[in-house]
Amino acid sequence: MSDEELERGVTGGQRPDPLATPYRERERSVTMDRVAHGAAVETAEREPDTELFTINLGPHHPATHGVLRLLCTLEGELVREVKPIIGYVHTGIEKSMETQQYWKGITFVERMDYLAYFANAMTYCNAVETLLEEEVPKRAQYLRVIHLELNRIASHLFWLGTSALDIGAITMLWWALRERDHVLDLFEMSSGQRMHTRYFQVGGVMDDIPPGWEAKCREFLDLLPGRLDQYEALLDRNEIWLQRMKNVGVVSRERLLAYGVTGPLLRAAGDPWDLRKAAPYSSYDEFDFKIPVGTIGDCYDRYRVRMAEMRESVKIVAQALDGLPEGPFITTNRKVALPPRHELATSMEALIHHFKLVTEGFRVPAGEAYNAIESPRGELGCYILADGSAKPARVHIRDPSFVNLQALAEMSEGGLIADMIANIAMLDPILGGIDR
Amino acid sequence: MPDAAGLELVAQRVRAAVGGDSVVGTHHAHRQAMLEVAPARVREVLAYLRDEDEEPYEFLASLHGVDYLPEEPRLGVHYQLLSRARVERLGVKTRVTVEEPVVPSVVDLFPTADHQEREVFDMFGVLFDGHPDPRRILMPEDYEGHPQRRDFPVGGEPVLFTYNEHKLPRWYE
Repeated sequence: MSDEELERGVTGGQRPDPLATPYRERERSVTMDRVAHGAAVETAEREPDTELFTINLGPHHPATHGVLRLLCTLEGELVREVKPIIGYVHTGIEKSMETQQYWKGITFVERMDYLAYFANAMTYCNAVETLLEEEVPKRAQYLRVIHLELNRIASHLFWLGTSALDIGAITMLWWALRERDHVLDLFEMSSGQRMHTRYFQVGGVMDDIPPGWEAKCREFLDLLPGRLDQYEALLDRNEIWLQRMKNVGVVSRERLLAYGVTGPLLRAAGDPWDLRKAAPYSSYDEFDFKIPVGTIGDCYDRYRVRMAEMRESVKIVAQALDGLPEGPFITTNRKVALPPRHELATSMEALIHHFKLVTEGFRVPAGEAYNAIESPRGELGCYILADGSAKPARVHIRDPSFVNLQALAEMSEGGLIADMIANIAMLDPILGGIDR
Repeated sequence: MPDAAGLELVAQRVRAAVGGDSVVGTHHAHRQAMLEVAPARVREVLAYLRDEDEEPYEFLASLHGVDYLPEEPRLGVHYQLLSRARVERLGVKTRVTVEEPVVPSVVDLFPTADHQEREVFDMFGVLFDGHPDPRRILMPEDYEGHPQRRDFPVGGEPVLFTYNEHKLPRWYE
């Protein structure tokens, strides 16, 4: 239809049949052309389409895994610049901990990275134990390893479910959360809580595992590898999943290291760096496990690495259950750990220790220490400055999500918006940990 | 971790390469080594430790701030260096006063320092000279004060309810 006809208000007549053009050509956008042919399309005739515009993504967007806000500059569908804006769930946990006794601080740190609460408690207790120079009994170390690895499985399962949901595979969410619930049941059985268990104490763990826990745990260990096979059967041959994952968000190992990225993201780029192997804590050197690594560091490698890590965690938990040593589950140093409940009725000292620990807490000699462990997302460090009182003068958690987030821009720039969503999913940021 | 003697050797090498006034002190406790350097020389010391030292530390694991309140100078910035080849950590710290809290930025050496330096500025008010994007990161942009300082009160902000909203002018901004 000509312009004159349009101006005259002609509505009928011969319009070109839209269906005459093949579907692919009708739907082909400028952006897809550019992806296919690279810079060749960037000519003068495309000028009107090269306009940049800035949009805001989040903070309340289900694909951002929390309240992450991204300021994106787009050219068509291509992402030219990403600026993460954070702080929406900043709750001042580090500040609040300066007003709490050391043993009460465990409750606070667990709420930072809310999917890896055992890892948070571990790094904090580890730092306090370093300052106290307190030995942790062997059985407590093994119980810690069991719970840390179960927590890693639970965290990775949640990541798998939500990431697949972002890509559009809703089944994975139900399946992964079903298995995660087994782990939470185990946590509930050993500590009384499903999340934020406060099971780790300075000097050991809160309580021994109850009778029947081991059998239930082994039941889960037998179940999980088969379930992981099912997940992989669902995802690994899924054309959509593969196209969304493969060769997306590739960042070289050198750039990742410059950004301080650790954890599965770094291992997916082919760097076998894992603090459990490199600098073993809590008896990790006594277990036989492998560090899965990827090859090129795209989203698919990140997915494969995490899946393989869950299988390794199953092995570690099984070994820890097999070799679980006898002995106390918390240090016998009554200046740090509460005395057993039954002693309070008969022992004056036990009552005094109990009273002192609950009212004043234990004092930590002045000094400072930085300790790091391998959380499900990378190096989780804890810095504590002690001034000699029963409250820390400064606690800082080096959260892996906070540091890893800096690599998002490099992963996403130059790719499609949809790939950026896949990158966020595979980055696995936990905003509670980022904002603290 | 370098032991106490190893730390002294590191300090000697840094002094020889960067300048006698660069290293202010060494601290070794709990099997952790910490080098204290003058604030103006931080960037040069870190560049030397990253590239030129015979035992290089190529990875910046963590950068955080701290407030040593009763002591002077009050504010501290910690750099946790890591050598992944030797699995050794070395802490580098520098201390500045509240009146002149300026430290050179190391973002060009370690891009990972970007967000972390912004957090230290946000929480402690340490200014990083040469930072490409020196804004607050966790607190709102128009926030006044640096909440992680020890003399900043906990809960110093009024909580908004309907009965007191008329007393908090322009709270909605």
